[in-house]
Amino acid sequence: MKAVLRLAALSAWSRRLTLGLALVAIALAVTLLLAVERLRVDARQSFTQSVSGVDLVVGARTGSVQLMLYAVFHAGAASNNIGWDSYRTIATHPAVDWAVPLSLGDSHRGYPVLGTSADYFRLFRYGTAEGLRFVEGKPFAGVFEAVLGSEVARRLGYRQGDTITLNHGLGELGPAHGDKPFHVVGILAPTGTPVDRTVHVGLEAITALHLDWVGGAPMPGVTIPAEFVAKFDLQPKEITAALVGLKQRGDVFRMQRFVNQFRGEPLLAVLPGVALDELWQSVGMIERTLLAISALVVLIGLSGLAATLLAGLNERRRELAILRALGAGPAQIFLMLVAEGALVTTTGALLGLALLTLGSMPAAPWLLERFGVVLGTRLPGGEELALLGAVIATGLIASLVPGWRAWRMSLADGLTPKN
Amino acid sequence: MTALRITDLVFRWPRQAAVCLDIPSFELAAGERIFLHGPSGSGKSTLLGLLGGVALPQRGNIELLGTDITRLSGRARDRFRADHIGFLFQQFNLLPWLSAMDNVLLPCTFSTRRRERAGSAPRAEAERMLRHLDLDAASWDKPAGELSVGQQQRVAAARALIGRPEILIADEPTSALDAERQQVFIDLLLQESAAVGAALVFVSHDWRLAAHFDRSIALQEINAAAREVPA
Repeated sequence: MKAVLRLAALSAWSRRLTLGLALVAIALAVTLLLAVERLRVDARQSFTQSVSGVDLVVGARTGSVQLMLYAVFHAGAASNNIGWDSYRTIATHPAVDWAVPLSLGDSHRGYPVLGTSADYFRLFRYGTAEGLRFVEGKPFAGVFEAVLGSEVARRLGYRQGDTITLNHGLGELGPAHGDKPFHVVGILAPTGTPVDRTVHVGLEAITALHLDWVGGAPMPGVTIPAEFVAKFDLQPKEITAALVGLKQRGDVFRMQRFVNQFRGEPLLAVLPGVALDELWQSVGMIERTLLAISALVVLIGLSGLAATLLAGLNERRRELAILRALGAGPAQIFLMLVAEGALVTTTGALLGLALLTLGSMPAAPWLLERFGVVLGTRLPGGEELALLGAVIATGLIASLVPGWRAWRMSLADGLTPKN
Repeated sequence: MTALRITDLVFRWPRQAAVCLDIPSFELAAGERIFLHGPSGSGKSTLLGLLGGVALPQRGNIELLGTDITRLSGRARDRFRADHIGFLFQQFNLLPWLSAMDNVLLPCTFSTRRRERAGSAPRAEAERMLRHLDLDAASWDKPAGELSVGQQQRVAAARALIGRPEILIADEPTSALDAERQQVFIDLLLQESAAVGAALVFVSHDWRLAAHFDRSIALQEINAAAREVPA
């Protein structure tokens, strides 16, 4: 048995060029498979951890998925706002530790503008519990100051000190707030969350922009220049949503009920983790499709291996006949072929894993910076090991075909190969 | 004891009407060296396959060293072949990706008996045989595929003889050699098989080689199937 395996290894080594090609194909396919799996897991994780440390997201009554879409991903428009008084009532509730108001509706060249308080930069958490970091500058303090997410700054080429103007509405073609330009005072580090695509300004700035507006359009004949806005009361009358942190997590359902049964106006509070999971169910299908495609690529690689082994059999008829004459049984010939296939598959799978591990180290920061994609540089987890196991098992099954053929051949040929 | 006794052997290939081999009786004494004449198509390869136990006759017995191998299981026949028979073929006898030395030692990895009979150090025994067969030490560790045809045949002979098998079956082992080397190789083979005490079945289509052997037989003489249907 050991001798047969040693011979199988030596024989395989003598055909290393053709087997090497099959091996490279398998290794690349496995790299692809594992990369897709890793991206899938990481995308899910970074998606479902787009906000963390927030116990409740509060908005006007609507669907929980829709609330998450606009409050966290700043996509789509809110159907309704929350009154400032309602927000203050919730924010000062004894169970509430902190609350951050969110006001949406404006945009800058297609990127959403978020009006919030400066507390946002201190309190917002994503991932396991990471906070926001500034690569340049600091949080806004004045009314017409803005903090940019990393993608906004990178794509549009903004630096600290640049001036930008906002547009009303979410499209690029909305009416402009050109009379009230903003100074970029800070740029955030990449997070792989919607924060990267957001322009952050103070809540007061949103009020200031709309002082001379009514019903979504500039008030005809009225203009209030930027230098005069300070004379007005800039406390907003309405906000879009709020992030709420509780003193004790155990109060979350009690607090959710309090918000959902709020007397002043119809409100909705959702647990972000649960709602994000729900949302993922609807968008995660793409990832599963990708995984299925890469599994097919692996199958193609393994069929290539089986084809290589089968094609090589004819040239190896004499080799197999010699082994038969020396006392090898058909079972041992079968074992030799299967061992060869298993060896190539296993080596290919491990090489693929090594490629991914080595490749993801330099690629991970680049992926996060360029595409906002989080790719973990970790040792393979349970799921990945299971996939590797499945690849090796499939390779083993694929090598049964040439093994069976060699078995038949060695019985038919006996000691004298027919060729 | 006889090395080989065939009685009432009938063999027919599957899905073929004609009987290929019909050998009522054939015997080979221990240590006897015979020349078996068989032109191609005479059932020669089939007979060697039967002797090696890789094919089974439809009828009759093949007794090797007192064991009827037709009654053994497939695995046991493989084992028997590894333990007691040395094979030597035309050319391309060796595994080209193994060194000459490893090729010689192959029977010892497949058969415990051959390893034990090769002495306490099989490699030393292999070296002794290769030296005796006039193969210089420089080529021992070369891949067998890089050796000349003559060198390869000598390595193959050493492989067939290591561990002193009782029966040596050589199938046209000299067909790739020129006349002068044929002579030398046959002398070597006779001498070596005598040294290990093996019975030798030397199969060839070339009658000129028959002179060297104890006994010469044409396969047609012992094969009744060949007489019924004139070839």
